Amino acid sequence: MTLIFFIILAVVAIASAAGLLISRNSVYAALYLVLNFACVAVFYLLLGAPFIALAQVTVYAGAIMVLFLFVIMLLGADKLPRGQVLPWQRPVAIVLAGVLLAEAGFLLIQRLNLSTSLANPDASANTTANLQELAKMLFSQYLLPFEVTSVLLLVAMIGVIVLTKKEKGEA
Amino acid sequence: MEQTIPLTYYLLVSAILFVMGALGVLVRRNPLIIFMSIELMLNAANLAFVAFARSFGVLTGQIFVFFVMTVAAAEVAVGLALIVIIFRTRHNIDVDQMNSLKG
Repeated sequence: MTLIFFIILAVVAIASAAGLLISRNSVYAALYLVLNFACVAVFYLLLGAPFIALAQVTVYAGAIMVLFLFVIMLLGADKLPRGQVLPWQRPVAIVLAGVLLAEAGFLLIQRLNLSTSLANPDASANTTANLQELAKMLFSQYLLPFEVTSVLLLVAMIGVIVLTKKEKGEA
Repeated sequence: MEQTIPLTYYLLVSAILFVMGALGVLVRRNPLIIFMSIELMLNAANLAFVAFARSFGVLTGQIFVFFVMTVAAAEVAVGLALIVIIFRTRHNIDVDQMNSLKG
């Protein structure tokens, strides 16, 4: 039952990624990406990581994709005219991607014990303990990286303000 | 009888998603789509992190996913600001046309 659910979810995730790749309209691409993020969030739930799943939905599917859609609408870039296409670019890229996938698959088969199975998480019992443990680790062992990320976000915010402000002053 | 899902399946999905993101970066020329493909690759890596964290029974993988999300948010904010600026000056955001670093 879980396996069937997993396979359906995987197919939807990969199909939405393919939709991102081939859609002409940027808005459709963004919506496909939202679908993909939702699928990955359900994968996280299957793996017993409810906090990460919720962070995925709020941060990625919520904040980042809203930012993307906002910029797409702001630029009116939802339908760009097709420019000159380098004729060799697409086949070379596809061949390279195939090589990368083959390499990853080879490593998976060679290095990993194929019989390693992940037991399904005990949904009700595991969640709170998992979250408490995560919070403990985050605020003790990984406190310095956590603070550094806050500084990083502040620097990014100031950087964006400076970038856009300077342009406005020059114009 | 509950079935369990092998770790390999998760890693395979993660690898496929990563390769599709890489393909998007290589093939598409709209920088917005390229950014979305980068997000796809980061997500694939996150999925592998969480699968390994589940497999080894440690939470470090989930912590790393948290940090990756933060870095992705910062990267998207700065990148989109750059795209907006370039679009304002060039009125064109095809990456093949961006061949000069001078403003």
